[in-house]
Amino acid sequence: MTRQRRFENLALTGTTLVAGLIWIFPLYWAFVTSIRSENRVVSEGAGLFPDEFNLSSYVDALFNTSLIDWYINSIGTSVIITAVVLLTGMMCAYALSQMQFPGRRLLYGIVLASFMVPAQALVVPQFVLMNDLDLINRWGGIILPQLVVPVVIIVYKQFFDAVPKEMKEAVVLDGGGDYTLLFKVYLPLNWGITTALGIITFIMSWNAFLWPFLVITTEDMMTIPVGITQVNDAFGVAYARIMSVALLAAAPVVLAYLIFQKRVTEAVMISSGVKG
Amino acid sequence: MAMIRNRSRHRLVAYSLILPFVAIFALVFAYPVIEVVRMSFTDAPLIGGGEWVGFDNYARLLSDKLFYTSLVNNGYFVLLTVIPTTVIALIIALAVNRLSGRMQALALVMFFMPYVLPVSVVTQIWAWMLDFQFGILQPAIEFFTGKPVPVFKNPFWVMPAVAVVTIWWTNGFNVLLFLAGLRNIPEELYEAAKLDGATRKQLFFKVTWPLLWPVTALVLTLQLILQLKIFDQVYLLSEGGPFNSSYVLLLMVYREAFQLNNGGYAAAISLVLFLIIVVISVLQFQILRIGGKDK
Repeated sequence: MTRQRRFENLALTGTTLVAGLIWIFPLYWAFVTSIRSENRVVSEGAGLFPDEFNLSSYVDALFNTSLIDWYINSIGTSVIITAVVLLTGMMCAYALSQMQFPGRRLLYGIVLASFMVPAQALVVPQFVLMNDLDLINRWGGIILPQLVVPVVIIVYKQFFDAVPKEMKEAVVLDGGGDYTLLFKVYLPLNWGITTALGIITFIMSWNAFLWPFLVITTEDMMTIPVGITQVNDAFGVAYARIMSVALLAAAPVVLAYLIFQKRVTEAVMISSGVKG
Repeated sequence: MAMIRNRSRHRLVAYSLILPFVAIFALVFAYPVIEVVRMSFTDAPLIGGGEWVGFDNYARLLSDKLFYTSLVNNGYFVLLTVIPTTVIALIIALAVNRLSGRMQALALVMFFMPYVLPVSVVTQIWAWMLDFQFGILQPAIEFFTGKPVPVFKNPFWVMPAVAVVTIWWTNGFNVLLFLAGLRNIPEELYEAAKLDGATRKQLFFKVTWPLLWPVTALVLTLQLILQLKIFDQVYLLSEGGPFNSSYVLLLMVYREAFQLNNGGYAAAISLVLFLIIVVISVLQFQILRIGGKDK
């Protein structure tokens, strides 16, 4: 490599990283704000760098808001949604990929077509339905409409299609049925994609806003993204506290992303049909 | 006989595998699709009953000024976001793609991170950064306009400001798609072109751009559909104001159904939004595919 090329690469790396730092500046600024006192936050001399380490707004956020309730609701509903979406998705995909039955093509066509329907256009009848089922202000109401994620079926089907037929034979000779095949062969062979799909399903349901916002009206049943919007209303403008609450709300998904970066990247690329 | 029994057993197993998904799908997806159509022809309140009124809701929609305001705002928002985010994501992906190993992973984390945040976290951080009195970005705005601007309460600034927030939040997704596309381009093509003495500019326009076109088309289509469905950011940052200058279709659905108790009318608006999305996505997909073939 010539000296000029090396210098160019260094400059490119530097520029990109600086651009990246500017890009995540809002998160940094939220953090700096969150560890200041409310007075410091709005004072004239408050600079760009952390100059206080004041955790009082975090303590406030945890004990003077319903944040704990919101955490429990978010964790509970997101975990259930993720588990059910993966399980029903892999079962349906297995049948579509490995079995013959009347209506198979029709079902696959419906799964593909449902892609085009924007879920937001269904909120009115879905709300009426949840009301009929007496699920307003309940976990069930948050969970049910979020259980239809057709892309999980499509991705699983692609992966199941690619499993070599020989993998089946040993199990079939032992008299194993299709359930055994799915859970003892096809699932273990696809743990990678299962974790990847699981993490993005979890992040998506954790972040869902419109639906939980509509179906929940009491503060103690709200999920985190809906609940934190109450903090401004209840306390007026108190930015240190608002930023503490926002960062606490984001922490689980940010951690999940940082721990499983590669899986998240993979899942996004695969589920949009462009493999890296 | 055994064959037949075997086959019907096989079918039974298959149906038992698809049943959980099909049951949930029928209840919370297929049934609401039928219901939204039916409701749009009634004068139903949000909950309970309603009489059949034919096309009344649609007639009312055509004479509702707010409907046209919302349509225009939806279109304006699409203009402000779709192409800008595609260009920005492409530039970032090209830069990130040339980094190596750990540096690439680090840069990717920084650009992708906002995408995993809940929308209300995003809007609260930006509301603070753009706060009229204490916002850290106000000096920058003052530099260009001569005075601080309460961006989310200003009819001119509100949509561009929401667009900036939206691009910041969702851009990482597009970066990933472009990155995947770039990784799919075989290295040999660049080697061969370089041997033929191609300049950097030629490498980009003769190799990268045409081979990346399917991904570009995908990003454009996904973004167009996504941005037409805007609700969260507008609701949280400006509630459609000031003077309806950021009022959009989904906000209209929300207000009619959940605040004014006009379920039937809200269903009609939902259905219009649904049809717009289907028509545009089919059209755009066709146009972009033809565009790709010319290359």
